[in-house]
Amino acid sequence: MAIPKIVPDFRVIRDENLCINCQACCRVCSNDTHSFDQNIAKIISDHRKCVGCHFCEEICSTGALTIEKCYSQIRENFNWNEVDFKNLMKQAHSGGILLTGMGNDRPWINYFDHIVLNASQVTNPSIDPLREPMEIKTFIGRKPDSIEQLKKEKKLPILLETEIPVLFSAMSYGSISLNACKSIAAAAWEAKTYWNTGEGGLPESLKKFVSRTIVQVASGRFGVDARYLNEASAIEIKIGQGAKPGIGGHLPGEKVTADISAARKIPEGTDAISPAPHHDIYSIEDLKQLIYALKETVDYKKPVGVKVAAVHNIAPIVSGIVRAGADFVTIDGFRGGTGAAPVVIRNNVGIPIEIAIATVDSRLRQEGIRNHASIIAAGGIRSSADVVKAIALGADAVYIGTATLVALGCHICQKCYTGKCNWGIATQDPYLTRRLNPEIGKRRLTNLLRAWALEIKEMMGGMGINAIESLRGNRDQLRGIGLNDKELALLGIKHAGDAW
Amino acid sequence: MVKNSKRKTINTIIAREEFCIGCRLCEIACITAHSKTKNIIKAFKGEYPLPDSAIVFEEKGHISFALQCRHCDDALCVECCITGAMTKKDGKVIYRKELCVGCWMCVMVCSFGVISPDITASKIKSKCDFCLETGKPACVEICPNEALVLKEDNEQD
Repeated sequence: MAIPKIVPDFRVIRDENLCINCQACCRVCSNDTHSFDQNIAKIISDHRKCVGCHFCEEICSTGALTIEKCYSQIRENFNWNEVDFKNLMKQAHSGGILLTGMGNDRPWINYFDHIVLNASQVTNPSIDPLREPMEIKTFIGRKPDSIEQLKKEKKLPILLETEIPVLFSAMSYGSISLNACKSIAAAAWEAKTYWNTGEGGLPESLKKFVSRTIVQVASGRFGVDARYLNEASAIEIKIGQGAKPGIGGHLPGEKVTADISAARKIPEGTDAISPAPHHDIYSIEDLKQLIYALKETVDYKKPVGVKVAAVHNIAPIVSGIVRAGADFVTIDGFRGGTGAAPVVIRNNVGIPIEIAIATVDSRLRQEGIRNHASIIAAGGIRSSADVVKAIALGADAVYIGTATLVALGCHICQKCYTGKCNWGIATQDPYLTRRLNPEIGKRRLTNLLRAWALEIKEMMGGMGINAIESLRGNRDQLRGIGLNDKELALLGIKHAGDAW
Repeated sequence: MVKNSKRKTINTIIAREEFCIGCRLCEIACITAHSKTKNIIKAFKGEYPLPDSAIVFEEKGHISFALQCRHCDDALCVECCITGAMTKKDGKVIYRKELCVGCWMCVMVCSFGVISPDITASKIKSKCDFCLETGKPACVEICPNEALVLKEDNEQD
C-alpha cells in the first residue's frame, strides 16, 4: 500500500522581490520552517512544518511573507470534508488519539451571531454614556434574599467587586508561560477585575496581585494549601472545562520546570496529571462537603465557586451546585479553549454557552434561588457584544480566555499542546517565553478591557439602560434571527419582529 | 518658573536581555537608517557597499541582547582620539570619518567593545550616532518586543 503524504495545511508564500535575506524568519520559527541555503543564497521554507501561527509574517520587516491556506483540493465531498479526511490519515499513521488546542473550531451554530440587541426609539430615551453616568460595576457572589433579611443579619455578604463584568479565565502557569500569567494578572490588577490561576498554583512572583486573584482547586489539587486559599480573593472548584468535559489534564514532565514545580508543589520533572473526576466528589453531597471544607478553611471570608462545563443536564446540575452552597457558578460552553484536548472530545462534547446560560438562569429563577449564586459565562466570548448578550441572557459576568490570548498575540493555530508556541504564550521554552513582554501584554489587555467597557456602555446607553444590573437577564432586549421556535424558547427570547 | 533654567534631556538606549528574542531586526534597521536611500528594500537590493550595523549582537543559548555605543559621559574613545575624529556633540559620541587616521586607539579603549575596526579602509567600521538626524534611534523603533527602549533622563542645569 502506498504511504500517503499528508498534505500541508499552509503554504508559505515568499515574495522574492521583497525578501532581503535578513533571516529573521529563520531565527524566530520554533518549527524550523525557514532555513537559509548558502549555496543558492536564498531562504527555503518547508510548508509541511508551518502551523500557521503567523509569527514570521509579523516579524518580517519588508512584508515579504504571507501564510496561505494550502489549496490542495480533494474531490469535493460534503460527507468527507478536508478536516476529517486529514485527521483519519494522521490516525492511520500514528494509531493515537489526536490532540489539539484552543476551542471548538467546527462550524456549529453560534447563537450570539443569531441574536440582535435592542435600542431605544421614541417610547423611551437612549442614554449618552459620555454625558451621563453609566454603571458597569459588578458584584459576584451570594446576594441576600431581601432587604429585610439584610437588615436583620446586619452583615453584607462577601462579594467580589469588579469594575467590568469581564474576568480573565482560568489558565494555569504551566499551560501558559509565566510572562503570559504576569500580563494577565497585572492587567486584572490595573483594570480592577479578576484573573484566575487555573490549577497551576500561585507562583511566588505573582503574589503581589493576590487580591485580584481567583484561585482554583481542581482535581489534581496542584498548589493548594491553606495559605493559597486564604490569600486569594475567591476560590473556584473546577469540575470540568468546556473544551473537554469529563476529561482530565496532563502537563508533561518536561514542562514542569523548577518554577512550576514550586507553584504546583510537585517534584520537578514529574508529570502533573489531573484526574478526570475529583475522586472525593461523586455526587452533589460530596461537592457540598468540599465547598464547606474550603469555606471553613477560609473562615467564610471568601466566596467559593464551582466551574462546570456546559453539558446536557446543565440546568439541574447548576441548581444542585447552588443548593450545595456555591457562591458563584462558572459555566464553560463547548467553544471554550484548552491547552490540550483530544480533537474528538473538543469538537463533539458539550452544549453552546448561550443555551446553557439561558436555561440555567430560567431554572434558578423558577426555583427562586437565582440570588444564591452568580453565574459566570465562559467559552466563546469574542467581543463586547457577546458580553452584553451573555449578560442579557442571564449571566452576571463573563470569563474571557481565548480573547485574552489573542490580545497577547495568539493567532489560534491550535498547537498549544506542542509547547512550541511562537508567541511565547503556551510554552515553557526559555527561547520562546521571552517573546511575550509582560509590560506590552499588560498594556494590550488593559486596552482591550477599556475598549470593551466603553462599547458595553454605548450598547447599554442605546437600550436606555444605565446600570448593568438592569441588563442582567433582561431578555426583552434580545431578539433572535433565523432561529426555530424551540431554540427561541430555550433562549427565552422572541424572534426579530415580535413586539410587545 | 525659574528663569534661565535649561532642561537637558539625556536619552540612553537600554538593552533588556530578558525580552530580546534574537530576531536581529535592530541590525537591519540600523543598516537601513544609515544607507543612502533609507529604504529597506532599495538599500538591501540595490546599494553596494551597505553600511555596517553599529550594533553588537551577543547571543549565548537563549540569552541574547543588542548593544550599541553607550555614549559614555567620560568617553575614553574621545579622550584618546589623536585627531579629534571622536567628539562629543549634544552629549553623544560622534565619529567623523574624514578626520580618522585609523590608529584604532578607540577600539582598544572601548570597554563595551562596540567599536570595531575596518581593516581594509583603516577606519572604523561603524559607530552608533544615536540616529541624531531622525531623532529616534531606528533600533529602538523596530524592536518588536521592547527589548531596546529609550530611557529619558531630564536633568536640571
